[in-house]
Amino acid sequence: MSTEPIIAVSRLSKTYDTGFKALSNINLEVRPGEIFALLGPNGAGKTTLISIICGIVNPSSGTVTAGGHDIITDFRAARSQIGLVPQELAITPFESVWNTVSFSRGLFGKPRDDAYLETMLKQLSLWDKKDSNLMTLSGGMKRRVMIAKALSHEPRILFLDEPTAGVDVELRREMWDVVRTLQASGVTIILTTHYIEEAELMADRIGVINKGAIILVEEKAELIRKLGRKQLTLHLQKPLDAIPPSLAKHRLELVEDGTVLHYTYDTQGERTGITALLADLGDADIRFRDLETKESSLEDIFVDLVRNG
Amino acid sequence: MNLRAIWAIYYVEMARTARTVMQSVLSPVISTSLYFVVFGGAIGSRIPEIEGVSYGAFIVPGLIMLMLLMQSTMNASFGIYFPKFVGTVYELLSAPVSYVEIVIGFVGAAATKSIILGIIILATASLFVPIRIEHPFVMVLFLVLTSVSFSLLGFILGIWAKGFEQLQIVPMLIITPLAFLGGTFYSINMLPPFWQTATLFNPVVYLVSGFRWSFYGLADVAVGASLAATALFLAICVAIVAWIFKTGYRLKN
Ligand SMILES: Nc1ncnc2c1ncn2[C@@H]1O[C@H](COP(=O)(O)OP(=O)(O)OP(=O)(O)O)[C@@H](O)[C@H]1O
Ligand SMILES: [Mg+2]
Repeated sequence: MSTEPIIAVSRLSKTYDTGFKALSNINLEVRPGEIFALLGPNGAGKTTLISIICGIVNPSSGTVTAGGHDIITDFRAARSQIGLVPQELAITPFESVWNTVSFSRGLFGKPRDDAYLETMLKQLSLWDKKDSNLMTLSGGMKRRVMIAKALSHEPRILFLDEPTAGVDVELRREMWDVVRTLQASGVTIILTTHYIEEAELMADRIGVINKGAIILVEEKAELIRKLGRKQLTLHLQKPLDAIPPSLAKHRLELVEDGTVLHYTYDTQGERTGITALLADLGDADIRFRDLETKESSLEDIFVDLVRNG
Repeated sequence: MNLRAIWAIYYVEMARTARTVMQSVLSPVISTSLYFVVFGGAIGSRIPEIEGVSYGAFIVPGLIMLMLLMQSTMNASFGIYFPKFVGTVYELLSAPVSYVEIVIGFVGAAATKSIILGIIILATASLFVPIRIEHPFVMVLFLVLTSVSFSLLGFILGIWAKGFEQLQIVPMLIITPLAFLGGTFYSINMLPPFWQTATLFNPVVYLVSGFRWSFYGLADVAVGASLAATALFLAICVAIVAWIFKTGYRLKN
Protein backbone atom coordinates (compact mmCIF):
# COMPACT_ATOMS: atom_id res chain seq x y z
CA MET A 1 0.00 0.00 0.00
CA SER A 2 1.42 3.35 -0.92
CA THR A 3 -1.17 5.60 0.71
CA GLU A 4 0.07 8.02 3.33
CA PRO A 5 -0.53 6.80 6.86
CA ILE A 6 -3.29 8.68 8.66
CA ILE A 7 -1.48 8.25 11.96
CA ALA A 8 2.28 8.07 12.03
CA VAL A 9 4.07 7.51 15.32
CA SER A 10 7.80 7.73 15.20
CA ARG A 11 10.35 6.91 17.90
CA LEU A 12 7.87 7.78 20.59
CA SER A 13 8.84 7.32 24.21
CA LYS A 14 7.13 8.26 27.43
CA THR A 15 8.50 8.34 30.92
CA TYR A 16 6.00 9.43 33.56
CA ASP A 17 6.93 11.81 36.35
CA THR A 18 7.15 8.81 38.64
CA GLY A 19 10.12 7.69 36.55
CA PHE A 20 8.12 4.84 35.05
CA LYS A 21 8.88 4.24 31.40
CA ALA A 22 5.49 3.49 29.90
CA LEU A 23 6.48 3.58 26.22
CA SER A 24 9.80 3.02 24.58
CA ASN A 25 10.61 3.84 21.01
CA ILE A 26 7.20 3.21 19.49
CA ASN A 27 6.96 3.24 15.71
CA LEU A 28 3.54 2.72 14.25
CA GLU A 29 1.59 3.63 11.16
CA VAL A 30 -2.16 3.41 10.81
CA ARG A 31 -3.64 3.35 7.34
CA PRO A 32 -6.59 5.47 6.33
CA GLY A 33 -9.90 3.67 6.51
CA GLU A 34 -8.74 0.65 8.43
CA ILE A 35 -9.78 -0.75 11.77
CA PHE A 36 -6.66 -1.16 13.79
CA ALA A 37 -6.80 -3.17 17.00
CA LEU A 38 -4.22 -2.53 19.65
CA LEU A 39 -3.86 -5.50 21.94
CA GLY A 40 -1.80 -5.90 25.04
CA PRO A 41 -2.09 -6.93 28.67
CA ASN A 42 -3.01 -4.53 31.48
CA GLY A 43 -0.41 -1.85 31.87
CA ALA A 44 1.14 -2.46 28.46
CA GLY A 45 0.85 1.18 27.47
CA LYS A 46 -2.17 1.24 25.19
CA THR A 47 -3.95 4.09 26.95
CA THR A 48 -0.72 6.02 27.27
CA LEU A 49 -0.12 5.75 23.53
CA ILE A 50 -3.65 6.87 22.69
CA SER A 51 -3.50 9.69 25.23
CA ILE A 52 -0.33 11.06 23.67
CA ILE A 53 -1.77 10.97 20.17
CA CYS A 54 -4.88 12.79 21.38
CA GLY A 55 -3.00 15.46 23.32
CA ILE A 56 -3.83 14.41 26.87
CA VAL A 57 -0.37 13.23 27.84
CA ASN A 58 2.87 14.90 26.83
CA PRO A 59 5.34 12.71 24.97
CA SER A 60 8.87 12.52 26.37
CA SER A 61 10.40 12.17 22.92
CA GLY A 62 9.45 11.29 19.39
CA THR A 63 6.86 12.62 16.99
CA VAL A 64 3.29 11.87 16.02
CA THR A 65 1.29 13.09 13.06
CA ALA A 66 -2.44 12.76 12.49
CA GLY A 67 -3.67 13.29 8.96
CA GLY A 68 -0.19 14.60 8.19
CA HIS A 69 -0.30 17.25 10.92
CA ASP A 70 2.11 17.21 13.82
CA ILE A 71 0.14 16.78 17.04
CA ILE A 72 2.11 19.49 18.82
CA THR A 73 3.21 22.12 16.33
CA ASP A 74 -0.01 21.83 14.35
CA PHE A 75 -2.31 20.64 17.12
CA ARG A 76 -5.43 22.35 15.86
CA ALA A 77 -5.43 20.62 12.50
CA ALA A 78 -4.38 17.33 14.05
CA ARG A 79 -6.92 17.29 16.85
CA SER A 80 -9.88 18.49 14.86
CA GLN A 81 -9.72 15.21 12.92
CA ILE A 82 -9.67 13.01 15.98
CA GLY A 83 -12.48 11.72 18.14
CA LEU A 84 -11.63 9.99 21.39
CA VAL A 85 -13.63 7.64 23.56
CA PRO A 86 -11.46 7.18 26.62
CA GLN A 87 -11.31 4.06 28.71
CA GLU A 88 -12.83 5.64 31.81
CA LEU A 89 -16.42 6.79 31.82
CA ALA A 90 -16.44 10.54 32.36
CA ILE A 91 -19.58 12.59 32.06
CA THR A 92 -20.77 15.91 33.38
CA PRO A 93 -23.57 15.27 35.84
CA PHE A 94 -26.78 17.31 35.51
CA GLU A 95 -26.14 17.86 31.82
CA SER A 96 -28.54 16.52 29.21
CA VAL A 97 -27.42 14.23 26.42
CA TRP A 98 -28.23 16.82 23.80
CA ASN A 99 -26.36 19.60 25.56
CA THR A 100 -23.26 17.60 26.24
CA VAL A 101 -23.08 16.46 22.62
CA SER A 102 -23.64 20.00 21.37
CA PHE A 103 -20.91 21.22 23.70
CA SER A 104 -18.45 18.70 22.27
CA ARG A 105 -19.23 19.80 18.76
CA GLY A 106 -18.74 23.44 19.65
CA LEU A 107 -15.51 22.71 21.48
CA PHE A 108 -14.14 21.23 18.28
CA GLY A 109 -15.06 24.41 16.44
CA LYS A 110 -17.83 22.97 14.30
CA PRO A 111 -20.90 25.01 13.45
CA ARG A 112 -24.15 23.84 14.93
CA ASP A 113 -25.79 21.04 12.95
CA ASP A 114 -28.85 19.65 14.66
CA ALA A 115 -29.69 17.31 11.80
CA TYR A 116 -26.32 15.61 12.03
CA LEU A 117 -26.53 15.23 15.78
CA GLU A 118 -30.01 13.80 15.47
CA THR A 119 -28.91 11.17 12.95
CA MET A 120 -25.95 10.26 15.10
CA LEU A 121 -27.95 9.96 18.31
CA LYS A 122 -30.49 7.81 16.52
CA GLN A 123 -27.73 5.58 15.24
CA LEU A 124 -26.51 5.10 18.80
CA SER A 125 -30.07 4.51 20.06
CA LEU A 126 -29.84 7.60 22.23
CA TRP A 127 -32.37 9.80 20.52
CA ASP A 128 -35.19 9.10 22.96
CA LYS A 129 -32.79 9.98 25.78
CA LYS A 130 -31.66 13.25 24.32
CA ASP A 131 -33.23 15.35 27.07
CA SER A 132 -32.31 13.01 29.89
CA ASN A 133 -29.92 14.00 32.61
CA LEU A 134 -26.70 12.04 32.11
CA MET A 135 -26.80 10.88 35.69
CA THR A 136 -30.01 8.98 35.07
CA LEU A 137 -28.54 6.86 32.27
CA SER A 138 -27.29 3.31 32.62
CA GLY A 139 -23.60 2.50 32.27
CA GLY A 140 -24.00 1.24 28.73
CA MET A 141 -25.92 4.36 27.75
CA LYS A 142 -23.26 6.57 29.29
CA ARG A 143 -20.66 4.78 27.24
CA ARG A 144 -22.70 5.43 24.13
CA VAL A 145 -22.92 9.09 25.12
CA MET A 146 -19.14 9.12 25.25
CA ILE A 147 -19.10 7.72 21.72
CA ALA A 148 -21.65 10.31 20.65
CA LYS A 149 -19.46 13.06 22.07
CA ALA A 150 -16.48 11.73 20.15
CA LEU A 151 -18.50 11.57 16.94
CA SER A 152 -20.21 14.91 17.42
CA HIS A 153 -17.58 16.76 15.42
CA GLU A 154 -17.44 14.28 12.55
CA PRO A 155 -13.89 13.03 13.09
CA ARG A 156 -11.94 11.18 10.40
CA ILE A 157 -10.10 9.20 13.03
CA LEU A 158 -11.76 7.57 16.00
CA PHE A 159 -10.00 6.15 19.03
CA LEU A 160 -11.96 3.66 21.08
CA ASP A 161 -10.16 2.70 24.25
CA GLU A 162 -11.87 -0.48 25.37
CA PRO A 163 -15.27 0.51 24.02
CA THR A 164 -16.95 -2.74 25.02
CA ALA A 165 -15.59 -3.22 28.52
CA GLY A 166 -18.50 -3.94 30.81
CA VAL A 167 -21.01 -3.84 28.00
CA ASP A 168 -23.60 -6.56 27.54
CA VAL A 169 -23.60 -8.89 24.57
CA GLU A 170 -26.38 -7.18 22.72
CA LEU A 171 -24.91 -3.74 23.13
CA ARG A 172 -21.53 -5.04 22.10
CA ARG A 173 -23.07 -6.26 18.86
CA GLU A 174 -24.66 -2.87 18.38
CA MET A 175 -21.31 -1.19 18.90
CA TRP A 176 -19.68 -3.44 16.38
CA ASP A 177 -22.37 -2.42 13.91
CA VAL A 178 -21.73 1.23 14.66
CA VAL A 179 -18.01 0.73 14.15
CA ARG A 180 -18.59 -1.03 10.83
CA THR A 181 -20.93 1.71 9.66
CA LEU A 182 -18.31 4.29 10.59
CA GLN A 183 -15.64 2.44 8.71
CA ALA A 184 -17.91 2.24 5.70
CA SER A 185 -18.25 6.02 5.83
CA GLY A 186 -14.48 6.35 5.67
CA VAL A 187 -13.56 6.77 9.32
CA THR A 188 -10.31 5.20 10.50
CA ILE A 189 -10.76 3.38 13.78
CA ILE A 190 -8.16 2.48 16.34
CA LEU A 191 -9.49 0.36 19.15
CA THR A 192 -8.10 -1.44 22.14
CA THR A 193 -9.77 -4.41 23.66
CA HIS A 194 -9.14 -7.31 25.97
CA TYR A 195 -11.68 -9.41 24.10
CA ILE A 196 -9.52 -11.06 21.52
CA GLU A 197 -12.49 -12.35 19.60
CA GLU A 198 -13.54 -8.75 19.18
CA ALA A 199 -10.26 -7.93 17.48
CA GLU A 200 -10.52 -11.09 15.46
CA LEU A 201 -13.97 -10.11 14.32
CA MET A 202 -13.45 -6.40 13.69
CA ALA A 203 -9.86 -5.56 12.91
CA ASP A 204 -8.13 -5.31 9.59
CA ARG A 205 -4.75 -5.13 11.26
CA ILE A 206 -3.55 -5.91 14.73
CA GLY A 207 -0.76 -4.44 16.78
CA VAL A 208 0.45 -6.06 19.95
CA ILE A 209 2.05 -3.97 22.62
CA ASN A 210 3.71 -5.32 25.73
CA LYS A 211 5.68 -3.53 28.43
CA GLY A 212 5.70 -0.32 26.44
CA ALA A 213 7.02 -1.78 23.20
CA ILE A 214 5.24 -2.75 20.02
CA ILE A 215 6.10 -6.36 19.49
CA LEU A 216 4.12 -6.99 16.36
CA VAL A 217 1.98 -5.29 13.73
CA GLU A 218 0.35 -7.49 11.17
CA GLU A 219 -2.67 -7.99 8.95
CA LYS A 220 -5.09 -10.02 10.98
CA ALA A 221 -5.46 -12.77 8.39
CA GLU A 222 -1.74 -12.88 7.85
CA LEU A 223 -1.14 -13.07 11.56
CA ILE A 224 -3.43 -15.99 12.01
CA ARG A 225 -1.90 -17.70 9.00
CA LYS A 226 1.67 -17.01 9.99
CA LEU A 227 1.52 -17.83 13.59
CA GLY A 228 -1.33 -20.25 13.32
CA ARG A 229 -0.76 -23.69 14.61
CA LYS A 230 -3.05 -26.59 14.19
CA GLN A 231 -3.63 -29.36 16.58
CA LEU A 232 -4.54 -32.86 15.56
CA THR A 233 -6.41 -34.76 18.24
CA LEU A 234 -6.53 -38.53 18.07
CA HIS A 235 -9.01 -40.44 20.23
CA LEU A 236 -7.48 -43.87 20.83
CA GLN A 237 -9.31 -47.13 20.86
CA LYS A 238 -7.20 -48.42 23.77
CA PRO A 239 -5.56 -46.25 26.33
CA LEU A 240 -1.75 -46.07 26.37
CA ASP A 241 0.45 -46.06 29.45
CA ALA A 242 3.19 -44.13 27.68
CA ILE A 243 4.14 -42.91 24.27
CA PRO A 244 6.11 -45.66 22.55
CA PRO A 245 9.78 -44.69 21.85
CA SER A 246 9.24 -45.22 18.14
CA LEU A 247 6.90 -42.19 18.18
CA ALA A 248 9.16 -39.93 20.27
CA LYS A 249 10.29 -37.86 17.31
CA HIS A 250 6.74 -36.61 16.70
CA ARG A 251 6.63 -34.84 20.07
CA LEU A 252 3.18 -36.08 20.93
CA GLU A 253 1.25 -35.35 24.06
CA LEU A 254 -0.65 -38.06 25.83
CA VAL A 255 -3.66 -36.75 27.76
CA GLU A 256 -6.94 -37.80 29.34
CA ASP A 257 -5.66 -40.98 31.01
CA GLY A 258 -3.90 -42.14 27.89
CA THR A 259 -6.99 -42.05 25.69
CA VAL A 260 -6.11 -39.01 23.64
CA LEU A 261 -3.01 -38.02 21.68
CA HIS A 262 -2.28 -34.42 20.71
CA TYR A 263 -0.11 -33.57 17.77
CA THR A 264 0.70 -29.91 17.10
CA TYR A 265 1.96 -28.77 13.73
CA ASP A 266 2.67 -25.60 11.87
CA THR A 267 0.37 -24.83 8.98
CA GLN A 268 3.18 -22.88 7.34
CA GLY A 269 5.65 -25.75 7.49
CA GLU A 270 6.89 -27.37 4.29
CA ARG A 271 5.29 -30.54 5.45
CA THR A 272 2.95 -31.11 8.31
CA GLY A 273 4.33 -34.49 9.25
CA ILE A 274 0.88 -35.97 9.43
CA THR A 275 1.51 -38.68 6.87
CA ALA A 276 4.63 -39.88 8.66
CA LEU A 277 2.84 -39.78 12.01
CA LEU A 278 -0.06 -41.84 10.76
CA ALA A 279 2.32 -44.38 9.21
CA ASP A 280 4.30 -44.66 12.47
CA LEU A 281 1.10 -45.05 14.45
CA GLY A 282 0.10 -47.92 12.16
CA ASP A 283 3.52 -49.55 12.63
CA ALA A 284 3.17 -49.28 16.39
CA ASP A 285 -0.30 -50.80 16.08
CA ILE A 286 -2.01 -47.89 17.71
CA ARG A 287 -5.56 -47.49 16.45
CA PHE A 288 -7.90 -44.61 16.87
CA ARG A 289 -11.64 -44.18 17.01
CA ASP A 290 -11.80 -40.62 15.81
CA LEU A 291 -9.70 -37.64 14.93
CA GLU A 292 -10.16 -33.87 14.66
CA THR A 293 -8.05 -30.82 13.91
CA LYS A 294 -8.31 -27.42 15.52
CA GLU A 295 -6.82 -24.12 14.36
CA SER A 296 -5.37 -21.93 17.07
CA SER A 297 -7.28 -18.73 17.66
CA LEU A 298 -5.93 -15.24 17.84
CA GLU A 299 -6.26 -15.58 21.56
CA ASP A 300 -3.81 -18.49 21.68
CA ILE A 301 -1.46 -16.54 19.47
CA PHE A 302 -1.73 -13.51 21.66
CA VAL A 303 -1.09 -15.41 24.87
CA ASP A 304 1.94 -17.02 23.26
CA LEU A 305 3.29 -13.72 22.04
CA VAL A 306 2.95 -11.89 25.29
CA ARG A 307 4.39 -14.77 27.26
CA ASN A 308 7.40 -15.17 25.03
CA GLY A 309 7.77 -11.52 24.08
CA MET B 1 -9.07 31.60 17.39
CA ASN B 2 -11.57 28.84 17.93
CA LEU B 3 -14.37 31.21 18.84
CA ARG B 4 -16.94 28.44 18.85
CA ALA B 5 -14.97 26.60 21.50
CA ILE B 6 -14.76 29.71 23.67
CA TRP B 7 -18.47 30.18 23.30
CA ALA B 8 -19.16 26.51 24.07
CA ILE B 9 -17.20 26.69 27.31
CA TYR B 10 -18.64 30.07 28.25
CA TYR B 11 -22.18 28.97 27.52
CA VAL B 12 -21.95 25.77 29.56
CA GLU B 13 -20.45 27.64 32.49
CA MET B 14 -23.18 30.26 32.40
CA ALA B 15 -25.81 27.55 32.12
CA ARG B 16 -24.40 25.95 35.24
CA THR B 17 -24.99 29.22 37.08
CA ALA B 18 -28.51 29.43 35.78
CA ARG B 19 -29.14 25.95 37.17
CA THR B 20 -27.73 26.89 40.55
CA VAL B 21 -29.12 30.38 40.61
CA MET B 22 -30.13 30.04 44.24
CA GLN B 23 -26.64 29.54 45.55
CA SER B 24 -24.89 31.67 42.94
CA VAL B 25 -26.98 34.79 43.28
CA LEU B 26 -29.35 34.53 46.16
CA SER B 27 -26.89 33.61 48.87
CA PRO B 28 -24.49 36.51 48.27
CA VAL B 29 -27.44 38.88 48.08
CA ILE B 30 -28.79 37.63 51.37
CA SER B 31 -25.44 37.79 53.12
CA THR B 32 -24.84 41.31 51.83
CA SER B 33 -28.24 42.36 53.08
CA LEU B 34 -27.36 40.93 56.48
CA TYR B 35 -24.18 42.99 56.54
CA PHE B 36 -26.23 46.09 55.92
CA VAL B 37 -28.73 45.29 58.59
CA VAL B 38 -25.96 44.70 61.12
CA PHE B 39 -23.20 47.11 60.12
CA GLY B 40 -25.16 49.69 58.25
CA GLY B 41 -28.24 49.80 60.44
CA ALA B 42 -27.58 48.45 63.93
CA ILE B 43 -23.92 49.29 64.48
CA GLY B 44 -23.46 51.86 61.76
CA SER B 45 -25.99 54.23 63.27
CA ARG B 46 -23.64 54.68 66.24
CA ILE B 47 -20.55 55.26 64.11
CA PRO B 48 -19.90 58.83 63.02
CA GLU B 49 -19.73 59.76 59.35
CA ILE B 50 -16.38 59.16 57.65
CA GLU B 51 -15.36 62.27 55.73
CA GLY B 52 -18.97 63.15 55.17
CA VAL B 53 -20.15 59.69 54.16
CA SER B 54 -22.45 57.72 56.43
CA TYR B 55 -20.96 54.46 57.66
CA GLY B 56 -23.61 52.39 55.91
CA ALA B 57 -22.79 53.98 52.55
CA PHE B 58 -19.06 53.90 53.30
CA ILE B 59 -18.96 50.09 53.49
CA VAL B 60 -20.88 49.50 50.23
CA PRO B 61 -17.83 49.46 47.91
CA GLY B 62 -15.90 47.27 50.34
CA LEU B 63 -18.77 44.84 50.62
CA ILE B 64 -19.13 44.57 46.88
CA MET B 65 -15.39 43.92 46.65
CA LEU B 66 -15.59 41.28 49.36
CA MET B 67 -18.31 39.46 47.45
CA LEU B 68 -16.52 39.86 44.13
CA LEU B 69 -13.31 38.38 45.48
CA MET B 70 -15.03 35.44 47.09
CA GLN B 71 -17.39 34.68 44.23
CA SER B 72 -14.86 35.12 41.44
CA THR B 73 -12.40 32.84 43.14
CA MET B 74 -14.95 30.22 44.06
CA ASN B 75 -16.77 30.21 40.74
CA ALA B 76 -13.71 30.02 38.56
CA SER B 77 -11.96 27.45 40.72
CA PHE B 78 -15.01 25.21 40.70
CA GLY B 79 -15.46 25.68 36.96
CA ILE B 80 -12.10 24.13 36.08
CA TYR B 81 -11.80 21.82 39.09
CA PHE B 82 -15.04 20.04 38.32
CA PRO B 83 -14.03 18.66 34.89
CA LYS B 84 -10.81 17.50 36.49
CA PHE B 85 -12.77 15.82 39.24
CA VAL B 86 -15.30 14.01 37.04
CA GLY B 87 -12.71 13.26 34.36
CA THR B 88 -14.25 15.23 31.51
CA VAL B 89 -11.14 17.40 31.33
CA TYR B 90 -9.86 14.88 28.76
CA GLU B 91 -12.16 16.54 26.28
CA LEU B 92 -10.72 20.02 26.82
CA LEU B 93 -7.21 18.66 26.46
CA SER B 94 -7.96 16.71 23.30
CA ALA B 95 -9.95 19.46 21.58
CA PRO B 96 -8.42 21.83 19.04
CA VAL B 97 -8.43 24.70 21.53
CA SER B 98 -5.50 26.71 22.75
CA TYR B 99 -4.94 27.42 26.39
CA VAL B 100 -5.80 31.03 25.86
CA GLU B 101 -9.18 29.99 24.56
CA ILE B 102 -9.82 27.71 27.51
CA VAL B 103 -8.94 30.51 29.91
CA ILE B 104 -11.10 33.02 28.11
CA GLY B 105 -14.04 30.62 28.26
CA PHE B 106 -13.78 29.75 31.95
CA VAL B 107 -12.48 33.01 33.32
CA GLY B 108 -14.77 35.03 31.09
CA ALA B 109 -17.79 33.17 32.43
CA ALA B 110 -16.70 33.46 36.05
CA ALA B 111 -15.94 37.17 35.65
CA THR B 112 -19.29 37.77 33.94
CA LYS B 113 -21.08 36.19 36.86
CA SER B 114 -19.12 38.30 39.31
CA ILE B 115 -19.89 41.49 37.47
CA ILE B 116 -23.60 40.67 37.34
CA LEU B 117 -23.43 39.84 41.02
CA GLY B 118 -21.66 43.11 41.80
CA ILE B 119 -24.43 45.00 40.09
CA ILE B 120 -27.11 43.06 41.95
CA ILE B 121 -25.42 43.76 45.27
CA LEU B 122 -25.11 47.43 44.39
CA ALA B 123 -28.81 47.50 43.64
CA THR B 124 -29.56 45.69 46.89
CA ALA B 125 -27.38 48.12 48.83
CA SER B 126 -29.12 51.12 47.32
CA LEU B 127 -32.30 49.89 48.97
CA PHE B 128 -30.67 50.36 52.37
CA VAL B 129 -28.47 53.41 52.01
CA PRO B 130 -28.19 56.39 49.66
CA ILE B 131 -25.39 55.75 47.22
CA ARG B 132 -23.65 58.07 44.80
CA ILE B 133 -21.13 57.17 42.17
CA GLU B 134 -18.81 60.04 41.33
CA HIS B 135 -16.68 58.22 38.79
CA PRO B 136 -18.80 55.57 37.08
CA PHE B 137 -16.19 54.76 34.45
CA VAL B 138 -13.52 54.05 37.03
CA MET B 139 -16.03 52.07 39.03
CA VAL B 140 -16.75 49.81 36.07
CA LEU B 141 -13.04 49.51 35.38
CA PHE B 142 -12.35 48.31 38.93
CA LEU B 143 -15.33 45.99 38.81
CA VAL B 144 -14.09 44.36 35.63
CA LEU B 145 -10.40 44.26 36.58
CA THR B 146 -11.14 42.76 39.95
CA SER B 147 -13.54 40.18 38.60
CA VAL B 148 -11.11 39.10 35.92
CA SER B 149 -8.06 39.00 38.21
CA PHE B 150 -9.73 37.01 40.93
CA SER B 151 -11.38 34.69 38.42
CA LEU B 152 -7.89 34.01 37.12
CA LEU B 153 -6.76 33.39 40.66
CA GLY B 154 -9.66 30.99 41.07
CA PHE B 155 -8.73 29.25 37.83
CA ILE B 156 -5.21 28.74 39.15
CA LEU B 157 -6.62 27.46 42.41
CA GLY B 158 -8.90 25.02 40.59
CA ILE B 159 -5.99 23.59 38.65
CA TRP B 160 -3.80 23.37 41.73
CA ALA B 161 -6.43 21.82 43.99
CA LYS B 162 -6.34 18.08 44.49
CA GLY B 163 -9.51 17.92 46.52
CA PHE B 164 -12.59 19.86 47.49
CA GLU B 165 -11.03 20.85 50.83
CA GLN B 166 -8.16 22.59 49.08
CA LEU B 167 -10.68 24.28 46.85
CA GLN B 168 -12.37 25.85 49.85
CA ILE B 169 -9.34 26.52 51.94
CA VAL B 170 -7.88 29.32 49.85
CA PRO B 171 -11.00 31.50 49.80
CA MET B 172 -11.52 30.82 53.50
CA LEU B 173 -7.97 31.15 54.73
CA ILE B 174 -6.57 33.77 52.41
CA ILE B 175 -9.21 35.80 50.66
CA THR B 176 -11.55 36.34 53.59
CA PRO B 177 -8.85 37.64 55.99
CA LEU B 178 -7.28 39.79 53.28
CA ALA B 179 -10.68 41.23 52.49
CA PHE B 180 -11.61 41.89 56.10
CA LEU B 181 -8.23 43.43 56.82
CA GLY B 182 -8.26 45.31 53.53
CA GLY B 183 -10.38 48.21 54.66
CA THR B 184 -13.76 46.79 53.78
CA PHE B 185 -15.33 48.01 56.99
CA TYR B 186 -13.00 50.86 57.89
CA SER B 187 -10.67 53.44 56.49
CA ILE B 188 -7.07 52.41 57.03
CA ASN B 189 -6.48 55.88 58.45
CA MET B 190 -8.28 54.59 61.52
CA LEU B 191 -5.48 52.05 62.15
CA PRO B 192 -2.38 52.63 64.30
CA PRO B 193 0.60 53.81 62.18
CA PHE B 194 2.36 50.43 62.10
CA TRP B 195 -0.70 48.66 60.75
CA GLN B 196 -1.27 51.40 58.23
CA THR B 197 2.10 50.49 56.70
CA ALA B 198 1.63 46.74 57.05
CA THR B 199 -1.71 46.98 55.29
CA LEU B 200 -0.06 48.34 52.18
CA PHE B 201 1.17 44.79 51.46
CA ASN B 202 -2.40 43.63 51.26
CA PRO B 203 -3.52 43.82 47.62
CA VAL B 204 -7.16 44.07 48.65
CA VAL B 205 -6.48 47.48 50.22
CA TYR B 206 -5.80 48.86 46.77
CA LEU B 207 -8.90 47.35 45.30
CA VAL B 208 -11.21 48.57 48.04
CA SER B 209 -9.61 51.98 48.18
CA GLY B 210 -9.77 52.51 44.44
CA PHE B 211 -13.29 51.21 44.23
CA ARG B 212 -14.43 53.42 47.09
CA TRP B 213 -12.82 56.43 45.44
CA SER B 214 -14.94 55.80 42.34
CA PHE B 215 -18.01 56.11 44.57
CA TYR B 216 -17.27 58.90 47.01
CA GLY B 217 -13.93 60.36 45.96
CA LEU B 218 -12.44 59.05 49.23
CA ALA B 219 -9.24 57.02 49.00
CA ASP B 220 -6.74 55.50 51.43
CA VAL B 221 -4.15 55.21 48.71
CA ALA B 222 -3.90 57.19 45.48
CA VAL B 223 -6.19 55.92 42.71
CA GLY B 224 -3.25 55.59 40.35
CA ALA B 225 -1.50 53.32 42.85
CA SER B 226 -4.71 51.31 43.21
CA LEU B 227 -5.01 50.81 39.49
CA ALA B 228 -1.34 49.94 39.16
CA ALA B 229 -1.56 47.41 41.98
CA THR B 230 -4.64 45.82 40.45
CA ALA B 231 -3.00 45.64 37.04
CA LEU B 232 0.10 44.12 38.62
CA PHE B 233 -1.96 41.49 40.36
CA LEU B 234 -3.70 40.71 37.08
CA ALA B 235 -0.35 40.42 35.32
CA ILE B 236 0.96 38.02 37.95
CA CYS B 237 -2.11 35.81 37.58
CA VAL B 238 -1.77 35.83 33.79
CA ALA B 239 1.87 34.84 34.11
CA ILE B 240 1.06 31.94 36.43
CA VAL B 241 -1.69 30.71 34.12
CA ALA B 242 0.70 30.91 31.17
CA TRP B 243 3.25 28.89 33.11
CA ILE B 244 0.63 26.29 34.09
CA PHE B 245 -0.31 25.70 30.51
CA LYS B 246 3.23 25.73 29.27
CA THR B 247 4.24 22.99 31.66
CA GLY B 248 0.90 21.19 31.82
CA TYR B 249 1.08 21.56 35.60
CA ARG B 250 -1.49 19.24 37.19
CA LEU B 251 -3.32 19.00 33.89
CA LYS B 252 -1.12 16.80 31.76
CA ASN B 253 1.28 14.04 32.61
N1 LIG C 1 -0.16 9.15 35.29
C1 LIG C 1 0.67 8.12 35.42
N2 LIG C 1 1.74 8.22 36.22
C2 LIG C 1 2.59 7.17 36.35
N3 LIG C 1 2.46 6.01 35.73
C3 LIG C 1 1.41 5.85 34.91
C4 LIG C 1 0.46 6.89 34.72
N4 LIG C 1 -0.49 6.45 33.87
C5 LIG C 1 -0.15 5.20 33.55
N5 LIG C 1 0.99 4.83 34.17
C6 LIG C 1 1.67 3.52 34.05
O1 LIG C 1 2.00 3.30 32.71
C7 LIG C 1 1.78 1.94 32.36
C8 LIG C 1 0.89 1.87 31.15
O2 LIG C 1 -0.41 2.29 31.50
P1 LIG C 1 -1.58 2.32 30.44
O3 LIG C 1 -2.75 2.91 31.10
O4 LIG C 1 -1.10 2.98 29.21
O5 LIG C 1 -1.80 0.76 30.19
P2 LIG C 1 -2.91 0.05 29.31
O6 LIG C 1 -2.19 -0.75 28.27
O7 LIG C 1 -3.90 1.02 28.80
O8 LIG C 1 -3.55 -0.93 30.37
P3 LIG C 1 -5.09 -1.41 30.55
O9 LIG C 1 -5.29 -2.54 29.62
O10 LIG C 1 -5.13 -1.86 31.95
O11 LIG C 1 -5.96 -0.25 30.27
C9 LIG C 1 1.20 1.28 33.59
O12 LIG C 1 2.22 0.57 34.23
C10 LIG C 1 0.74 2.40 34.44
O13 LIG C 1 0.87 2.08 35.80
MG1 LIG D 1 -5.85 1.34 29.13
